[in-house]
Amino acid sequence: MERPLTGHFKEDGSALTLAEYRAAGGYEALRKALTGMSADEVLEEVKAANLRGRGGAGFPTGVKWSLVPRGDDAPHPKYLVANADEMEPGAFKDRLLLERNPHLLLEGMILAAYAIGADVAYIFLRGEYVDPARILRRALAEAREAGLVGERILGSGFGLELHLHISGGRYICGEETALINALEGKRATPRAKPPFPQISGAWGRPTVVNNIETLCNVAPIVANGADWYRGLGIGEECGTKLFGVSGRVRRAGAWELPMGTPIRDIFEACAGGMQEGYRLRGFLPGGGSTDFLLPEHLDLPMTYESIGKAGSRMGTGTLIVLDDRTCPVGMVLNLERFFAQESCGWCTPCRDGLPWTRQLLEAIEGGTGRPEDLATLEEHCRFMGPGKTFCALAPGAMEPLQSALKFFREDFERHIEHRVCPYA
Amino acid sequence: MSQIFARDRGWSQAYLSDEERAEIEREAECYPRREGLCIEALRIVQQHRGWVSDDSVAAIADYLGVGAAEVEGVATFYNLIFREPVGRRVILLCNSVTCWMLGCETLRARIGYELGIDFGETTADGEFTLLPITCLGDCDHAPAALVGDRHHHDLDPDRLIAILRRHEEE
Ligand SMILES: Cc1cc2nc3c(=O)[nH]c(=O)nc-3n(C[C@H](O)[C@H](O)[C@H](O)COP(=O)(O)O)c2cc1C
Ligand code: SF4
Repeated sequence: MERPLTGHFKEDGSALTLAEYRAAGGYEALRKALTGMSADEVLEEVKAANLRGRGGAGFPTGVKWSLVPRGDDAPHPKYLVANADEMEPGAFKDRLLLERNPHLLLEGMILAAYAIGADVAYIFLRGEYVDPARILRRALAEAREAGLVGERILGSGFGLELHLHISGGRYICGEETALINALEGKRATPRAKPPFPQISGAWGRPTVVNNIETLCNVAPIVANGADWYRGLGIGEECGTKLFGVSGRVRRAGAWELPMGTPIRDIFEACAGGMQEGYRLRGFLPGGGSTDFLLPEHLDLPMTYESIGKAGSRMGTGTLIVLDDRTCPVGMVLNLERFFAQESCGWCTPCRDGLPWTRQLLEAIEGGTGRPEDLATLEEHCRFMGPGKTFCALAPGAMEPLQSALKFFREDFERHIEHRVCPYA
Repeated sequence: MSQIFARDRGWSQAYLSDEERAEIEREAECYPRREGLCIEALRIVQQHRGWVSDDSVAAIADYLGVGAAEVEGVATFYNLIFREPVGRRVILLCNSVTCWMLGCETLRARIGYELGIDFGETTADGEFTLLPITCLGDCDHAPAALVGDRHHHDLDPDRLIAILRRHEEE
């Protein structure tokens, strides 16, 4: 099986140097594009490959790029931002790519910038990622020295400045319009859309924000073509995806597999199933802001559509496993504490609703919950549902809660009835 | 009061040092507007001073030519900017969902027992501050923590304490 994202990773866990990346065919896609393809041709290739954003929503990347104004009268500078804010609880895929193959990201960024006509690019890196920061700094210096970043890249007429922005923290910075405010040195509250960032983003200029894994797919697509890429997925699905599993499984980890791989293959063949003495009760398929699924869903393929039909989202593709000895109420409380803490405070339902939700869950978990609290929690799930708040943080926060109330209802009721956590 | 004290030592927090200015200017090349350097300036000043005092906020505002309230608003938004003094090393202990399932509360309790600090507190000798942090992206090696600028994973209480002792000796 071909693994364009991780296939060249080194055994010893260290990052590929520029020389090693080149020896593995690195920067050939960039040479191919800059010497023989127009910007439109690069964009069309990515569109034809049907690459979908790996930041969680699965928005088609080529379509996103095509919304950027092009041609001679397009406003400049235009910006490209690589979103390396990875802070979703249970997500650990972008860090892997940053630490092991930084040039794959840089090459993808330069190609993406070429396709949309960007002049300046940023890597927006969360402040806690200290090892990736070190690795990226070195890779950037190597690329600059080799003429891969800066003016007239590889002797072509295309130039790009590429900078590393180290974030000051907060989960909301990963939301693309909040990220743009953070980049501008402001408080990271999200912006109203429209205008979409592709029209008016950083400093009022056209801006594209893409996830790290998304951008890492670009060079392989340009090098090998859209048909090759589409053939990597299972059935209708295109390309590969990093999937991961954490929790009480035998071998927690992340693996690059064809898009459309059944969850059971990831959970059993890769992660080795549950540890001795633990049973699977459910799992969040794509990070902390996705709905729980149950063991009966293990045979679903990991695709945006099938996971969506089952009532959840593929999100980041990193599973968080709930075992039978962990309290589901406690787990949801941990998540809602996180979301309440990370609410940026801009809009009322989220700013007030999340702490209220957290308090209700704290009461239930602590043995002082009342039967009517469950209806209040359900009401919050509606008040903070999609479209009710300024950004997607609050609806994301409601996903594990609403599904836990549905699937693990007896657990909530037992807490309330017996006035104690049965798992304690 | 603090300013007088600082001046007694021949140095004031109310001004940026030459080194700090030089570092901020290097970052300035990456951004189209100076106001946008707020987060960079806060981080640079914090690297030099350990934390960001009121005087430091005023000094940054002055240097970038923006209002102090603006800088304060930014400084208080971001959790990695410390507006209160912290110890020489900050322990950022991940308490997100996977680390919670795999024992971060045990680590927290052990730190409390050995060092006498809980989240938000600093040891009496000023060596360590303990803070919670959201998912460090190392869930397949949970529980995880950052100590200073070093990442540690697959932690258990004994290993964590040994690591802290090693940090202390450096
Ligand atoms: C609260 C919140 C946090 C987010 N955090 C991230 C993140 O850390 N990384 C990321 O790539 N996308 C994150 N997103 C999604 C981004 O807004 C955006 O959709 C994504 O970066 C687009 O990239 P893609 O089209 O390549 O998927 C977040 C969204 C929300 C609402
Ligand atoms: S939903 Fe929450 S995080 Fe998003 S803008 Fe509103 S308050 Fe901020």
